[in-house]
Amino acid sequence: MSFLNKLKDKFTQTKEKEEVSDKYKEGLSKTRQSFSSKLNDLVARYRKVDEEFFEDLEEILISADVGVNTVMTLVEDLEMEAKRQNIKDARELKDVISEKLVEIYAGDDFEVASPLNLQEDDLSVILFVGVNGVGKTTSIGKLAYQLSQEGKKVLLVAGDTFRAGAIQQLSVWGERVGVEVIKQSEGSDPAAVMYDGIQAAKSRGADVLLCDTAGRLQNKVNLMNELSKVKRVIEREIPGAPHDVLLVLDATTGQNALIQAKQFQQATDVTGIILTKLDGTAKGGIVLAIRKELNIPVKYVGLGEKMTDLEPFDPQAFVYGLFSDMLTEE
Amino acid sequence: MAFEGLADRLQSTIKKMTGKGKVSEQDVKEMAREVRLALLEADVNFKVVKDFVKKIKERAVGVEVMESLTPGQQVIKIVKEELTVLMGGEQSKIAVSERPPTVIMMVGLQGAGKTTTSGKLGNLLRKKHNRKPLLVACDVYRPAAVDQLETVGNQLGIPVFSQGTEKNPVDIANEAIEHAKQEHLDYVIIDTAGRLHVDENLMGELTQIKANINPDEIFLVVDAMTGQDAVNVAETFDQTLDITGVVLTKLDGDTRGGAALSIRAVTDKPIKFAGMGEKLDELEAFHPERMASRILGMGDVLSLIEKAQDNIDEKKAKELEQKMRSASFTFDDFLDQMDQVKSMGPLDELLGMLPGANKMKGLKNVQIDDKQLVHVEAIIQSMTKKERQDPSLMNASRKKRIAKGSGRPISEVNRLLKQFDEMKKMMKQMSGAQGGKKGKKKKGPNFPFM
Repeated sequence: MSFLNKLKDKFTQTKEKEEVSDKYKEGLSKTRQSFSSKLNDLVARYRKVDEEFFEDLEEILISADVGVNTVMTLVEDLEMEAKRQNIKDARELKDVISEKLVEIYAGDDFEVASPLNLQEDDLSVILFVGVNGVGKTTSIGKLAYQLSQEGKKVLLVAGDTFRAGAIQQLSVWGERVGVEVIKQSEGSDPAAVMYDGIQAAKSRGADVLLCDTAGRLQNKVNLMNELSKVKRVIEREIPGAPHDVLLVLDATTGQNALIQAKQFQQATDVTGIILTKLDGTAKGGIVLAIRKELNIPVKYVGLGEKMTDLEPFDPQAFVYGLFSDMLTEE
Repeated sequence: MAFEGLADRLQSTIKKMTGKGKVSEQDVKEMAREVRLALLEADVNFKVVKDFVKKIKERAVGVEVMESLTPGQQVIKIVKEELTVLMGGEQSKIAVSERPPTVIMMVGLQGAGKTTTSGKLGNLLRKKHNRKPLLVACDVYRPAAVDQLETVGNQLGIPVFSQGTEKNPVDIANEAIEHAKQEHLDYVIIDTAGRLHVDENLMGELTQIKANINPDEIFLVVDAMTGQDAVNVAETFDQTLDITGVVLTKLDGDTRGGAALSIRAVTDKPIKFAGMGEKLDELEAFHPERMASRILGMGDVLSLIEKAQDNIDEKKAKELEQKMRSASFTFDDFLDQMDQVKSMGPLDELLGMLPGANKMKGLKNVQIDDKQLVHVEAIIQSMTKKERQDPSLMNASRKKRIAKGSGRPISEVNRLLKQFDEMKKMMKQMSGAQGGKKGKKKKGPNFPFM
């Protein structure tokens, strides 16, 4: 049985899993169409596996924003593999290609998704960081909704005291979801707001505290230092906190996402990624490069504008979504 | 760092070539590969890269490279020239309608920076062109988008037309234009909601707004960090709305910004402005040539030169040069020079513009902290006039006093004195070399504390 069919089996086994993968399929339909139709194109066009074939494969992967370095290594591996297994027909190689991709995506813990590091019977603090305009506040709103649906008492902190309207934006989300938002006025010290937030969460007995921060470009040293300070304040108030530092990444971002991940990891010890705007045509191939080079797992993906459009990242479902077209055509 | 500039990439290929006299087709092929990788790493769309590299190959295999003395440099030059051509000329003009108000529509994906750019554009129109703009809040979807525009308007003192979030954006836009006419405002900047280019409903809404208000300009706002998808986004927005120009935002980040090239190539529409910071006056005219350098990772030499010209007082610079030559440079001059350099902007930004700065291993990860400069300043200011003129006066008790006065540890005072001493020695050597052997002359700008 081919690798992809194995995956397919996995997802048709239980009803619940099918629902999950349906959602992925829907959200990723644009991504999947372009990616796998290209892959199919490629395989159909080339009977032979030759230099030209690998060049085109390289391009397909690059067009998915999988970093140049990752692509080069991957293609080299594939060339080796093709030689080793003596694969001459392009169609045979398709399986190897997907297998390799999955390997990079998921590494050794292919079976394990990366859930949030939530504390049982105690306050969990989650810090959100990222550059401007990636969707931090929106992701917080969506996650707040999910967590409160699960029966948790959620509290939000409006730590973006810089951007015009950011506090209002979070407040609107608070009202929508029905959770309290701790805030100060625009321009106040974000670390002080965090302190307030933590005190409030403690006294109200909240389960989860979601901390918004202002977007900042990773090359602004002062702003990155400010972020480290915000994190230190949280650490000082609650030992072991923040329990998660989530870097919010825009799936449309190119190679710079890798630098973002590196810099934010340095400043705040990022524990996971939320990949947003994956419902467009952007491929989110950055995930591959980041997983490979920095080993930061993706915890959630944003698949739409609705409150419910935030899904826990499931590597298997993700890959299935990417490749399911190839399966049906087989 | 993940990126190497083209110049770095070509180094090894060039090394192999020197001494050969002529460049073979194989060499060109190798170089073309490096050009390709450099552009791909800068996020230029792979199709655009393909066409581009083909063009370069054709030009490079010809006479220009073959007979050139430094083939590598010649290739870079060709690449840069072609890139600059592709990026188009500088076009930061904004349309003026014969019958005011002139209407500008801002469109783009979520989070590209439309609202901020709307405010910046209004500010630019008022400040540089002496116009009276009106900002219009047509983003009725994102929570608090209206509040955001209102706050921006308040900060700038520019009127904002908003009608909450219950109304249809088409109606809001229409009424805004009527309002502008009544109030004799001559520019209307319409901030629309961010939307995905594949969202047919919302794209339809933009078409409707366009049909109703007949804007003079439609600016597509694009995040400079966008990857390969920039092509799809720009193409769809252009096909749907026939945009008139592009604004590139977040260019103050460390992205190489290949998206700019992709967008130009697929839409052939000019990139007019670039967002260069979070402050509301940080919107600049877009310079195609500088962008070409940046995409190639060649350092923004031009920007640096221009900044230096803007900020450094020429007379003072001459005096300083004289002093450096005669080695009569004192701590007072040092302070003076620091002030001048500081007025050019944050140091790490300046450093980033120096070609090769990212090549120097030591400099690569240096974060220049502007605070350090403040400390140096404090130390110098705690010296007496005499001490500043003649550092040889320094002794333990003077140093102690200076340390106390500046609030810095004595070790730091010592370090500064030592650095200053070494600097003076270097100046002596340099001025000696300049008079004598030509070969030893130091190239490039030379800031003593770098």
